[in-house]
Amino acid sequence: MTKLTLERKLAILSEAAKYDASCASSGSTKRDSRGGKSIGSNEGSGICHAYAPDGRCISLLKILMTNFCIYDCSYCVNRVSSNVPRARFSVDEVVQLTIDFYRRNYIEGLFLSSGIIRSPDATMQDMVQIARKLREEENFRGYIHLKTIPDAAPELIAEAGRLADRLSINVELPTDASVERFAPEKRPAQIREAMANVRVQKEVAKDRSHTGKRPPKFAPAGQSTQMIIGADGSNDATVLGQSTRLYSSYKLKRVYYSAFSPIPDSTDKLPLISPPLQREHRLYQADWLLRFYGFGLEEITSVTPDGNLDLQIDPKLAWALAHRGLFPLDVNRASKELLLRVPGFGVKTVSRILTTRRHRHLRYEDLVRIGASMKKARAFITAGGWSPAGLTDSADLRARFAPPPQQLSLL
Amino acid sequence: MTRAIVLPRIGTATAWRDAARGLLAEGVPPEEVCWGDDTATAGLFDTHTAPSSKRQVSVPRSFISMAETVVWHSDPQRFARLYEFLWRLQSAPWLMTDRGDAGLAKLRALEKNVRRCQHKMKAFVRFREIGDPKAPRRSFAAWFEPTHHTVEPTAQFFRRRFGDMDWRILTPDVSAYCTDGVLSFDLDQPKPDLPSDAHEDLWVTYFRNIFNPARLKVQAMQSEMPKKYWKNMPEAAAIAELIATAPARARAMAEAAPTLPPARAAQAQAMQSRNVSAWAHPAEDLPAAIRACTRCPLHECATQAVPGEGPPDADLMIVGEQPGDLEDLQGRPFVGPAGQLFDASAQAVGLDRSQLYLTNAVKHFKFTPRGKRRIHQRPNTSEIDHCKWWLHAELREVSPKLVVAMGATAALALTGDGKALSTRRGTVENGSDGVPVLITYHPSYILRLTDAVRREQVLQQFRADLSLAADIVSIEATTP
Repeated sequence: MTKLTLERKLAILSEAAKYDASCASSGSTKRDSRGGKSIGSNEGSGICHAYAPDGRCISLLKILMTNFCIYDCSYCVNRVSSNVPRARFSVDEVVQLTIDFYRRNYIEGLFLSSGIIRSPDATMQDMVQIARKLREEENFRGYIHLKTIPDAAPELIAEAGRLADRLSINVELPTDASVERFAPEKRPAQIREAMANVRVQKEVAKDRSHTGKRPPKFAPAGQSTQMIIGADGSNDATVLGQSTRLYSSYKLKRVYYSAFSPIPDSTDKLPLISPPLQREHRLYQADWLLRFYGFGLEEITSVTPDGNLDLQIDPKLAWALAHRGLFPLDVNRASKELLLRVPGFGVKTVSRILTTRRHRHLRYEDLVRIGASMKKARAFITAGGWSPAGLTDSADLRARFAPPPQQLSLL
Repeated sequence: MTRAIVLPRIGTATAWRDAARGLLAEGVPPEEVCWGDDTATAGLFDTHTAPSSKRQVSVPRSFISMAETVVWHSDPQRFARLYEFLWRLQSAPWLMTDRGDAGLAKLRALEKNVRRCQHKMKAFVRFREIGDPKAPRRSFAAWFEPTHHTVEPTAQFFRRRFGDMDWRILTPDVSAYCTDGVLSFDLDQPKPDLPSDAHEDLWVTYFRNIFNPARLKVQAMQSEMPKKYWKNMPEAAAIAELIATAPARARAMAEAAPTLPPARAAQAQAMQSRNVSAWAHPAEDLPAAIRACTRCPLHECATQAVPGEGPPDADLMIVGEQPGDLEDLQGRPFVGPAGQLFDASAQAVGLDRSQLYLTNAVKHFKFTPRGKRRIHQRPNTSEIDHCKWWLHAELREVSPKLVVAMGATAALALTGDGKALSTRRGTVENGSDGVPVLITYHPSYILRLTDAVRREQVLQQFRADLSLAADIVSIEATTP
């Protein structure tokens, strides 16, 4: 076998990594390299160093250590039965590439994942070694995200947590039944146990010892997971039900939804579709409503009879249209909880309304200056100089927001 | 009289603040000041230095932080807008929190522009190596064209980030240099001819391959990475081709017929089966079988089933309701707050936890998610029934002399009787398996009681029941 060049390896192993949606680099501990002996910093907010034409941000060097894998997960480009070209980075190659890219300001850090080679422990060991070299030999203070392998030994996960900013383990699909069907070697219960273990270790690392000393931080940017949408038949209520359980059980920072996308050399078990991007977008919107806007799962998923979100309008608007009895709200009197339910008002807008209305009576123009999206909001509120009159209850209100019906293509 | 104040392009923030403070102290109204920076041609009026006055002026802190950002905007009116708003603030200090005020809204918009420009600068500057890669301090340089005057306020970010190397960011406006950790600035640099850098090709390779041609969202890319930045980003040259070929690549993937697995697959799967036997739980069959339980739907939401724990020949078996949040995470029974209360009470009556077999009537945690917390939910009859199977298996394995049922769920599972606890506690009933069952409260019931008197009373009863259990099985007290 001819030896692959570094460039060819990078091509193969980034191609293999692109189906992981996460690229966040935010929310870790603050640190920098002003001392002159190290390289890298982290200031809380993430930075997206580039955007690919698929609209996804490129913040980290997202690569696989190897795309050889002994598992056979139908949805995955790297499954053992696929004929894609294979490659493997050495530990030093990943370390050098990360540092060289970082010095040129291309990236915030490394997101390392891997196919399973030999055994889960052997694979995890190499990944941990890469993180250790970056931290201890290169004095790297940038961001490291390690994808953990659920059945690796707990000591390896513990060390990974001390070196990395974030750990993640993918639940892959919304229900246990689908995981068993499409990823025969993965056990959903084991994935949950691994996430529980990360949460427990993170909480243990918060306790001070009897001398008041803090143990080293464990995965300070938390853990996240990813679910593939549209590969199995689960509806949005199932997907969001799974994610609310994951958020509450394992204190996840994020659940990523990844529209099932065609992959090179796919299996006949999963027919290729064009990725349900709109559905993915609506799920993220619903996820935000659940976490930051005080919505309950039932409220969002009960709007439509089949438990799927409305693809044409956003979930908050869909909820508001189904509960018009509550509207219009008076922005000068309504409570914070209710203002958060007005379509077109975000968390920032609401907090600005609350501080400003302490001084004076808010008028329609004030809301525009505050940054509210009045095209949506105006049907649902009253303010100084504005009343929606019949608009709130008008029969064609939905049609004003939904995109015009498209004629089906003849071809 | 109109005063013309000219501010330097380096150190603008401090210069504006000093000037504004002086003017304000002297009571010069905004319409009498004409602001400019040193790129503007000499004005129609004489240049004045701002007056310096000792009079104190007080300004909200939030205004200062806003002003320190807005001064870097490219809008020629920025200084005047700031001073005008500052003037109004003197008589109406609450204006900073009036987000509907037109003057403030405009300044906040300028501030947002500058912050975005700073953020994009942090993201899109691309360094090339200009020194020896083997040198103890490596050096890098970049050419960048920011929209606003953002080099000076953003330079500190690069200093914090690239501590062990020298760098320079050259722009048509202000350029920044960092040598041995010391920052300096100068003006109006020509575009340099930077040496080519082999890593740029690797970076473009990465950019091309991380792109997924099946999901084209050009608008989303462009709104975050506007075209004006493309000319100084090596990867941007690949964008046009990636977009043009994407539909064909996606179609080719969809049309390609599935292939046969490579020869390697069988070999790898054999390796895989060896791994499986290595991960299997080595303990006796029962705990492993309980962990693998899928008899009722609770297993889909919980982390794991929690089997009982204790010596297989224990005389006394304690049965609770179900694992809680911590038990579910750790996979061990009675490790949460209720477990701690149980441990303390048991110890108080001379029972040693290591001599007891502790388990739950239901092995999976049942809950409803509420934000970042999980709220305990009582298992229903069908779930208790399903799990009886395991409880009975444990009873057969351990065959204790006495079982303590803590709480109504355990009492129901062990005796088949779901009547209220208040009349039954402290009594021994016949279990459905023939083992005597002592009924008592569940420790989490005690934890939930808010009335301190009642709580103390119930705790005493709970201890008395445990003490009775100890007497019945007459376990040797193992107090230290």
